[in-house]
Amino acid sequence: MAYMHIGKDFVPPDVPGKVTGRIKYAEDYTREGMVYSRLLTSPIPHARVLDIDASEALAMDGVFGILTADDVYPDGEPQSTGLKILTNEPTLVGEPILAVAAIDEKTAETAISRINVTFERLPFVLDPLDSLAEGGANAYPGDQNTFVFRQGFATEKWTEDQVASFRAGNEPTGEPQQTWSLGDLEAGFAASEFVYETTFTTAGYPHHSMEPRSAMAYWEDGKLYLHGTSQSLTALADGMAPIIGVPKKDIVFINAATGGGFGQRARANSIPSMAIPAKMSQKINRPVMMRITREEEFTIGGARQGFQGWIKVGFKPDGVMSACDLYIISDNGGKGGGGDASSAADCIDVLYQPDALRFRGTSIGSNTGHRGAQRGPGQNQIAPIIAPILDKAADALGISRLEIRKINAPHNGDVAGPRQTPFTSAYVPESLDLATQQFDWEGRQARRRQRKGSKVIGLGLGQGYHNAGRSGMDGIVTMGTDGRLKIHNGVGNLGTYSYASTSRAAAEVLKMPWENCDVLNVRTDNHLPITSPQDGSNSIFTNTRTMFGAATDMLNKMKQIAANDLGGDPADYDVSNERVHQIADESVGYTYADIARRAMELGGKYTGEADLPDELAEWTQISVSRLAGSAFMGVYHDARHEGNPPGFTVTCCEIELDLETGKYAILDMVTIADSGTIVHPQGMENQLVGGAVWGIGLAGYERHVYDPQNGLPASTGYWQSKVPTYLDTPVKIGTGWVDLPDPENPVGARGIGEPSMGAVSAALAAAITDALGGHHFASAPITADMIINHLAGTEENAVPLAQNNFRG
Amino acid sequence: MNPKVTRRRFIKGVVASGAAATTTGMWYAANGQNRPSGAVERLIRINVNGQLRSVDVAPQETLASTLRYKLGLTGTKLGCNRGECGACTVLVDDVATYACSVLTHSMKNALIETVEGLESPNGDLHPVQQAFVEELSPQCGYCTPGQVMAAVALLRENPNPTREEARHAMSGNICRCGSYDSYLDGVMRAAQLG
Ligand code: FES
Ligand code: FES
Repeated sequence: MAYMHIGKDFVPPDVPGKVTGRIKYAEDYTREGMVYSRLLTSPIPHARVLDIDASEALAMDGVFGILTADDVYPDGEPQSTGLKILTNEPTLVGEPILAVAAIDEKTAETAISRINVTFERLPFVLDPLDSLAEGGANAYPGDQNTFVFRQGFATEKWTEDQVASFRAGNEPTGEPQQTWSLGDLEAGFAASEFVYETTFTTAGYPHHSMEPRSAMAYWEDGKLYLHGTSQSLTALADGMAPIIGVPKKDIVFINAATGGGFGQRARANSIPSMAIPAKMSQKINRPVMMRITREEEFTIGGARQGFQGWIKVGFKPDGVMSACDLYIISDNGGKGGGGDASSAADCIDVLYQPDALRFRGTSIGSNTGHRGAQRGPGQNQIAPIIAPILDKAADALGISRLEIRKINAPHNGDVAGPRQTPFTSAYVPESLDLATQQFDWEGRQARRRQRKGSKVIGLGLGQGYHNAGRSGMDGIVTMGTDGRLKIHNGVGNLGTYSYASTSRAAAEVLKMPWENCDVLNVRTDNHLPITSPQDGSNSIFTNTRTMFGAATDMLNKMKQIAANDLGGDPADYDVSNERVHQIADESVGYTYADIARRAMELGGKYTGEADLPDELAEWTQISVSRLAGSAFMGVYHDARHEGNPPGFTVTCCEIELDLETGKYAILDMVTIADSGTIVHPQGMENQLVGGAVWGIGLAGYERHVYDPQNGLPASTGYWQSKVPTYLDTPVKIGTGWVDLPDPENPVGARGIGEPSMGAVSAALAAAITDALGGHHFASAPITADMIINHLAGTEENAVPLAQNNFRG
Repeated sequence: MNPKVTRRRFIKGVVASGAAATTTGMWYAANGQNRPSGAVERLIRINVNGQLRSVDVAPQETLASTLRYKLGLTGTKLGCNRGECGACTVLVDDVATYACSVLTHSMKNALIETVEGLESPNGDLHPVQQAFVEELSPQCGYCTPGQVMAAVALLRENPNPTREEARHAMSGNICRCGSYDSYLDGVMRAAQLG
């Protein structure tokens, strides 16, 4: 389909501000009378605050106030998982206990050093399996180690023998908290020619977004103005209002740009720290800036769940995956985590369509960084574990590594997951073909495992998946008498440019030149509609639907007004060159400026004063009511779609692994996406290469490390974590896409941000396994230390299946 | 240890030089608001973007703090404040330098350039900035000013780098969004734009 905007590159309006340094992040703002807040954080991994004596601090010159958990939770702290704003029962080192506001940060720090907090030390645990074992310490309040949905904190224990047997590499025998299955597992394994079974680990690690989550707040005329850092805009404000205790109509969230968000900045409950300056400002009646350090960001910034798992996979002689049995203990960290483990099973079901699958999972806390969604939560952890298993099956069955993936690939019309949801569309075989052709996969097979000196070549093929689209949100567009199109977009600016690219769906409907469009985002008092949070790779699918719908509403209204005024039926009209005109005689019509003027003269439904969609969210209703009567308006509430809009990726890579150092260089890499119609090619490419770098980190580098004696985090910085640099990534990453439209989206688009990571980590793990002659670490990351220890025949230092510690 | 410890005693006794101490102690040491009581601060002049600026500088104040909090040049970002990420990169006598890791007092005879000083007087973007726009190099943009400055330093010294040379020259700048490929595309285009 020939589009005016969709599929074309453009300069998103915020890019010049990013290269000049002019765009403002939360910490760049200042306000008359602004004071500074600093945090007192827990120095111990698990404790109870018995007493806080702040009298000396509060008597200091320049100190304005203190905020404690008792202030922010007058009825007691919520007994639920998730970070609290402030807490009296810290369950990880660095958790905020209280905040002090002062004239400057030095004074605030000095005041904090004069506060006497009496803690009762509680036992702590760093490895979920240690907690799961009878007699092991428990990470959570009330001496509990897990959380059961709708039930609260609970305790899960296995016998020491059960834990030891699992650590020794056997199938876990403890009762799982959660299970789901599809097909006949026993029959699946009975039909298998090749069965592979292993325990595995994937490490937890911090998000480490580049911008620490600093925030500034002030109250003016009863309204809260909050500058913060979030992936989302209206979704953040909508969720933050009840956390702070302010009506939705009285919060203004300001966020021109966010310095990176990968899951833990999407929703208000993952950034409760933003409430600290808001509450402090309310208490002391001054603007409050709270700058966050890198170490604080590590603690409150969230982390990926680590897995301690067991997997058994069977393949029939023809290469069909006949059964997969998966058991995962997920590390819920200090504050509770997410549903990563079940998503990992779902991912296997989606990508390889096994005849039978069983998932069993249990989540256990540890007194380490708090866990939550991180780029492809679950789907991406399992990707580097499963890929080498497919290669082993291919080798054993005499099938090519490409062929076994094609045999098991999902197709259009297939279903997957616990609810057997159909895909809205799926083009995985096409993606496999495109990737392998672009990479010359077949041609390179001759190089496989070739050795030159101490270096050996490994080839890897990987696949990634994440569901990539939601629906049911709202859209608003307006037009004034200048005839410019104002696109009110509540999508956050986290660096994907989806706030701008989804806006282009509205411009497309009205055939509006981009230079005559104004995207209104940045602050929620720009009268923005509600959107789904910018997580789960959903924004492109979700918000092209709403933008398209709002502009279509405006288009229909244009045609109605023109037909009423100029004769004929609305169906006799079309738009072009910023005019609505009769199809038969283009001279009969209105310019956009004129039609906007007519709409405003008519008022009512044309200006948002009547006939609004019934289901508009409260947030959208507030925005529409404030705009009503002031402009020609298109308003839309999106119906729910059917099916699962998937994002798929395929990666091929070639590495050269040095058998003397355990290090490897990525010689070449190609990543191909199936994410429907491509809306913004440059933005798409950024998601693919960015996801690739994350995949490189997952496969080879990033992990939590804690000091076992005191529970102190040792990976608070970029270096120890370790985030990949220019030199850990290929000189150039090849990208491409299938570019076939999805029928559930008006412009054919689906998302891609998360799967782009999974395929790369899978390809790398496969390539490392290949270079090492098939040795399967069943681990992410696979570090140089692990490789060198393996080559030297040295046992790993850590206990088997260790979490939050070095393996290697 | 007594199970009931005070935070102060605990820190003194166990982790005085450890990670917990850095969490709370690092910030103000580097921060421009640091005013040890009784200490005499010095008004110094530093050359920033071709302008001599008089500024009141505390003894341990870093250049990043002075630029951001005293001079309002917030284009220079702080990602780690400990020399790990490059978000704070500025040019000091043409050399890419972590502004979080040098003291402003050592800058008295230096020529400091920040991202705000790159545009021409008529508002044209510097070729590196222009190339980064055209290649859509930034994602979230938080590392971008540092990447821009690192690229400017590279191209002044080596106007026609290979991609491999550019990658090494830029390797002191982390991008958590993983936009390395797009930044390198930008650097190579900037070399062409001259
Ligand atoms: S802020 Fe200076 S290197 Fe990170
Ligand atoms: S663009 Fe986000 S950190 Fe580089």
